[in-house]
Amino acid sequence: MSDITRQLQEKRDRARMGGGQRRIDAQHAKGKLTARERIDLLCDPGSFEEWDMFVEHRCTDFGMGDNRIPGDGVVTGHGTINGRLVFVFSQDFTVLGGSLSETHARKICKIMDRALEVGAPVIGLNDSGGARIQEGVDSLAGYADVFLRNVLSSGVIPQVSMIMGPCAGGAVYSPAMTDFIFMVEDSSYMFVTGPDVVKTVTHEVVTAEELGGAITHSTKSGVADLAFPNDVYAMVQLRRFMDFLPSSNREKPPVRPTDDPWDRVEVSLDSLVPANPNKPYDIKELIRKVVDEGDFFELSPNYAGNLVVGFGRLEGSTVGFVANQPMVLAGCLDIDSAKKGARFVRFCDAFNIPIVTFVDVPGFLPGTAQEYGGIIKHGAKLLYAYAEATVPKVTLITRKAYGGAYDVMSSKHLRGDVNYAWPTAEIAVMGPKGAVEIIFRQDMKDPEKIAAHEQNYRTKFANPFVAGARGFIDDVIMPADTRKHLCRSLAMLRNKEQKNPPRKHGNIPL
Amino acid sequence: MFKKILIANRGEIACRVIKTCQRMGIKTVAVYSEADENALHVDMADERVLIGPAASAQSYLVIDKIVQACKDTGAEAVHPGYGFLSENRLFQEALAKEGIVFIGPDAHAIGAMGDKIESKKLAAEAGVNTIPGYMGVLKDADDAVRVAQEVGYPVMIKASAGGGGKGMRVAWNDTEAREGFVSATNEARSSFADDRVFVEKYIQSPRHIEIQVLADGENFIHLFERECSIQRRNQKVIEEAPSPFLTEDVRRKMGEQACALARAVGYKSAGTVEFVADADMNFYFLEMNTRLQVEHPVTEMITGIDLVEWMIRIAAGEKLTLKQEDVSINGWAIESRLYAEDPFRGFLPSIGRLVRFIPPVDEDGAVRVDTGVEEGGEISMYYDPMIAKLITHGQTRDEAIQLMSTALDGFYVQGISHNVPFLAAIMAHPRFREGRLTTNFIAEEYPEGLRKADLPAKDPTFLIAALGAIHRKNVDRKARISGQIQGHEKVPRDHWIIYLGGAVYDIWVREIEGGHRVHFKDRIYTVLHSWRFGEPIFRAMIDCRPTDPAFRNGQMLVVQVEENGVEYSLSHAGTQETALVFTPEAAQYINRIPHKEPPDLSRFLMSPMPGLLMSMAVEEGMEVRAGETLCVIEAMKMENIMKAERDGVISKIYAKPGDSLSVDQKILEFAE
Repeated sequence: MSDITRQLQEKRDRARMGGGQRRIDAQHAKGKLTARERIDLLCDPGSFEEWDMFVEHRCTDFGMGDNRIPGDGVVTGHGTINGRLVFVFSQDFTVLGGSLSETHARKICKIMDRALEVGAPVIGLNDSGGARIQEGVDSLAGYADVFLRNVLSSGVIPQVSMIMGPCAGGAVYSPAMTDFIFMVEDSSYMFVTGPDVVKTVTHEVVTAEELGGAITHSTKSGVADLAFPNDVYAMVQLRRFMDFLPSSNREKPPVRPTDDPWDRVEVSLDSLVPANPNKPYDIKELIRKVVDEGDFFELSPNYAGNLVVGFGRLEGSTVGFVANQPMVLAGCLDIDSAKKGARFVRFCDAFNIPIVTFVDVPGFLPGTAQEYGGIIKHGAKLLYAYAEATVPKVTLITRKAYGGAYDVMSSKHLRGDVNYAWPTAEIAVMGPKGAVEIIFRQDMKDPEKIAAHEQNYRTKFANPFVAGARGFIDDVIMPADTRKHLCRSLAMLRNKEQKNPPRKHGNIPL
Repeated sequence: MFKKILIANRGEIACRVIKTCQRMGIKTVAVYSEADENALHVDMADERVLIGPAASAQSYLVIDKIVQACKDTGAEAVHPGYGFLSENRLFQEALAKEGIVFIGPDAHAIGAMGDKIESKKLAAEAGVNTIPGYMGVLKDADDAVRVAQEVGYPVMIKASAGGGGKGMRVAWNDTEAREGFVSATNEARSSFADDRVFVEKYIQSPRHIEIQVLADGENFIHLFERECSIQRRNQKVIEEAPSPFLTEDVRRKMGEQACALARAVGYKSAGTVEFVADADMNFYFLEMNTRLQVEHPVTEMITGIDLVEWMIRIAAGEKLTLKQEDVSINGWAIESRLYAEDPFRGFLPSIGRLVRFIPPVDEDGAVRVDTGVEEGGEISMYYDPMIAKLITHGQTRDEAIQLMSTALDGFYVQGISHNVPFLAAIMAHPRFREGRLTTNFIAEEYPEGLRKADLPAKDPTFLIAALGAIHRKNVDRKARISGQIQGHEKVPRDHWIIYLGGAVYDIWVREIEGGHRVHFKDRIYTVLHSWRFGEPIFRAMIDCRPTDPAFRNGQMLVVQVEENGVEYSLSHAGTQETALVFTPEAAQYINRIPHKEPPDLSRFLMSPMPGLLMSMAVEEGMEVRAGETLCVIEAMKMENIMKAERDGVISKIYAKPGDSLSVDQKILEFAE
């Protein structure tokens, strides 16, 4: 007996050392923590239960028979974050570069299968050099097994990827299919083909950081939702993030006690919208002043900044916020913002998170770049996402709601449950100037007449009353009372049930 | 008594006057420009009249519009506040013509005190000490040298119509007197269209001390002095009453002379006689301000007299019933002026929306906040950048300073830059605390403006104790989230590691009745507080066992705290620090991560303010020397010339003329 326990202890010790002290030191020198250290930070102390510590690969080619390390380059298991169950896999770069073997993939699949059954999120901490080349097609099969599970889990349990090292080639497609991708600055990169291949094929000279670093993906490509300065910050923020998400689509979002009164009045919001309709203001001020305690977890802040998305809480319960940002591109919708918004709305819908939408949108961004880029289909994604969403949807028009963009932004017509407007709201097909130029084309040469028409149009449409008269707006509220109204509406909607027609799946314009 | 008063002013002073009117049961009329449509004074008044566009020359300074507003609203009297039309004879005459009362002295007194040479003569005749000098206008440079020799060096050559530091030159010898005459004359001509200059003794280590007088034309009393030596470029920053410098004897003499001067012009209202005092407590008359002063609240705090109320009563024809023997000094009062300016960037003015504005709580008799703005208000480029005055009153000077420090800690402003850190730094400055003041205090102690290094090194004990309590409360709440596995709920631990200001602290925290108990460095700190999540101000009463010699037990701590998920940002006593709180495990790990050097930004020219890039003086590849102009940024209607701080080659230009720039936006880059 004691012999077995001794052996067990030896095996455990060996597994815990991963690729050995030298490689661990190298990992630290790169500013990276080891796979197990990361899990230690992510999970509540002592809560992580590791599985498959003794798994070894079965490859014997290329001398691999003598190169077996228990665990095979990935640490898997389950633990808790603030008492709530999560499944975690954490790739160990010190073991054969964290490369993905048949067994490595099987370990990941095991926790993914279990997570799906019990209804708990899967968090992947990616740090892998790629496929285990020595294994050939076994390794590729392993990837595909993971991909399939990513897809089957999508919309059932939240899947979050934290890229903490290399993630290249086919490996990128597992994170790509998860709900959120976060990256660590300076130590992680993601690309389908690396700088060397890029140079050979297109003669572009680019560093790995420029091609697929955290900054690139969180600002240029939008692939990453956030970038964190180092591993410790990343784990602390990930814990904070997970507190917003329900464990599965069978659950309501978590609730956390708060002492922020639901009927808190914010007088300063009455002066948020400037008198001049062309002057921008910061829509995030509105979000921060209505959410509980001013705590707003923004996603993709540096990508498609014209649409702000992120999580906050109202009365302790998670709410997804989507808001046009007048500070960036005047709040116009464009390809990037439509994609960003659509994906966020669909996540919220899949996981029972109510959506609050703040609208100040002058329309879609014009230009050849947008049209050639397919704004028609991309813009339609946001429209589709809002229309199909059955979670509680509360909308507030703060200022402009013009044209098709008005329809898109969670309007009454797309089953908005409660649609509010501030007194400053203008709901119309377009702004007064443009409208008059079309309706009264014959008077274009007479500036006095045009001015009179413009004034007339403004009085008639530059207010929330026309839409109110038709019931497209449920109420016009004072800005200072916004939080009160949002909280009350969401409380009313808590037991909302709405079903879409049965079908295999819809056909979103991808 | 008047039934309705119009206040021909804006901002905090308009609000302050309205408050007294409300207490006296007098209706008020506010006037406002287009930029002030949503201003606080407009909200507070019973009636409001729009008097024109934002620029004061087209609104607050237009006599006709204000007179018309009085007529339209039936206001019987006008309180002018300070600045704008408060010392304008034409305004007074225009009101008089319509039978509207001007709340202030009569035109005679304003006229007599308005001219520097005139007022000095009057003062000398009234037996007031005047600075040794030549009362007449200088004819030429030789005349200047002759007079200077008579008076004795050093001397000051000053423009007769001067003010705001313009047209003033110090001379230590004949050559400088000659040069000073020429340059002061030129400057006076271009600034005031009046090139008369005179010579007076230059006072070294001067202190600015002024006497508040109150008179009804027959009875003349003084309400003691205010010391206003803490000035930046002739702009007062901190004032106090009484002065830490004067003896009872000198105080009495100054008061008597001030009353004598008031009597000489038959003064009828509140007024201020300004003196300069030298290190030997010799004092000399500077000028008389025939209006309410910005810093009048410190006098009100120590005397318990409402100056605005008396101005109104006297203007309404009532007698000043107070006698000199009725007034006495009660305790000590200090005023800090909050300006919308960035002390870390050479006091550059800051404009924008007051996203958050939470002044300290007004405590009757101890803390007073005079402000004309509120959260959501806009600080515009059109008016004075002073946004509030904070006044504290204690039994002693030390107590008043302590109250001020605490009040400043609790002043929460977001959206614009402000000088609270600067004010807090002065409050903590040993020289200020000792009362060794001169009007050169700021220039001597902060020659380069406020730098991080100027901020007082604080004992972080309080901050650690506060942070421990805040963090524990946060962690405990996180552990109460729904959806936890039953029987396996999160149990928060007591032990954390705090990183603050380069040091590491091991702390243990537990919740107790009404707060937290924080244990570190062999001491137990009891932190009693009622802080709520998300509140930017943390207030606590802190006790310590065993007693810590560094602080009194039962001390009140106020610290501003913002949380961004991982880091806590703490602001206290003018310093802002970032703190990290980790579990011991996480702390171990963070030590394994090599410290990343923050990017070297010295190669970049970054916009110090929001503004418009007017022109670019360099192009890529160009070699420049330190001091050469790089570009010009327009902000607040002012052209700011950006100069090279080093020699180098411009490697990249990021912005082009016409671009609007935000703070810290990269404009260009030097080659490495």
